[in-house]
Amino acid sequence: MLAVSTATQPVSWRDPKRFAWPLGLLIPLMPFMAWGLVEATGSGVFWFWGPMFVLGVLPVFDTLVGKDAANPPDSVVKWLEQDRYYRWCTYAYLPLQYLAMVGGAWLLTGSDLSLLEKLGLALTLGAVNGFGINTAHELGHKRASLERWLSKVALAPACYGHFFIEHNRGHHVRVATPEDPASSRLGESFYRFWPRTVAGSLRSAWHLETERLSRQDRSPWTLRNDLLNAWLMSVVLFGVLAAFFGIAVVPFLLVQAVYGFTLLESVNYMEHYGLLRQKRDDGTDRYERCQPYHSWNSDNVASNVLLYHLQRHSDHHAHPTRRYQSLRHCEDAPELPSGYPLMIVIALVPPLWRRVMDPRLLAHYDGDVTRANIHPPVRDRILRRYGAAPGSADPSASVAA
Amino acid sequence: MSARFRCPECGYVYDEAAGAPREGFPAGTPWSAVPEDWHCPDCGVEDKPEFTQLGDAEPAQR
Repeated sequence: MLAVSTATQPVSWRDPKRFAWPLGLLIPLMPFMAWGLVEATGSGVFWFWGPMFVLGVLPVFDTLVGKDAANPPDSVVKWLEQDRYYRWCTYAYLPLQYLAMVGGAWLLTGSDLSLLEKLGLALTLGAVNGFGINTAHELGHKRASLERWLSKVALAPACYGHFFIEHNRGHHVRVATPEDPASSRLGESFYRFWPRTVAGSLRSAWHLETERLSRQDRSPWTLRNDLLNAWLMSVVLFGVLAAFFGIAVVPFLLVQAVYGFTLLESVNYMEHYGLLRQKRDDGTDRYERCQPYHSWNSDNVASNVLLYHLQRHSDHHAHPTRRYQSLRHCEDAPELPSGYPLMIVIALVPPLWRRVMDPRLLAHYDGDVTRANIHPPVRDRILRRYGAAPGSADPSASVAA
Repeated sequence: MSARFRCPECGYVYDEAAGAPREGFPAGTPWSAVPEDWHCPDCGVEDKPEFTQLGDAEPAQR
């Protein structure tokens, strides 16, 4: 069916994942699956279906389905990018995401669930909106203003409207450097990383918008400020839900938002762990250009389909405007031992994380720990543990690109 | 005469005649007035020193 002729050349290549992408729409249906499972089994534990599916079922599918390193040939990329089918797969997430919010708010207030069951349902909603940040991520990288606006709409339920500013203009610029709040460092546990990235990304986003508006001689206190107009969407959404379903829904909306953006930050935690760009040796104090080996990659098919190839992260950072369907596996990128879902579980247990990831990071740098992005408070301990003399040169201060 | 500069990663073009008003560079802002640490607003990968000047007749294709 893909034997089409474009302006450039005929194409006879099949996208093996083409008809798998709509499976991403299973995620916003999770609250309804939860309800169905509770009805079918009589067990209230299934209100926790969101975390159960993401952290329990998906790792199993990742293991069963395995990996795929197949890339679209360069000659079809242009054609693949303009095929609107792929765009609609992401757009369709949004109405289902909002339907989940409305259905969830109704179940949280109109039914006789116990407090624990309500908490479970809130986490399930949070998982929908955490994956929603991933959908927003795909949309927010695009040039078209419609897609950028949809990106804000998808971020509103998790109250993470500043993400599409900070991610594109902050994180992508400073990725894999000590200056990036969203790039985790060797020796930094997820629990240390979480406050640093949540607060640091917010601060950076505000700084970026203030600076942009000041160049236009404007105060940051205007609805032209993309942080303020994006956050306003969250206020309006929560306000409307509270007006219809009662003020009692608000605490659960806040819980689900925190869980949603925590899922996103746990993914941020693993995407660049310990990786470091070097400074150029041209005396300009600039970092080398972001390369595929500055991001961890994962080719697990099951989670890649549900995450729109987010795990092909190396190619994404090297070429951020590429659409998800054309992202490639990169041979020179370090590979995570599993897909993101299992890696999230591992990140929650720091000693296990260090055991799994630190040797891989060291192997990537041929055993030279000084080439890694090391968390400053534990720098001497890390250097001692991994065989370099304490006080070894900080590589972010020198070394050729 | 207005000059144009292209991001080598994604093809974004800064045209001095049009400027980049959203970025705070009104139409007519010369390339020399754009800060050195300004990054491509579309991809965020390349910064100003990496942009290449387009020839007068060169199309600004992406």
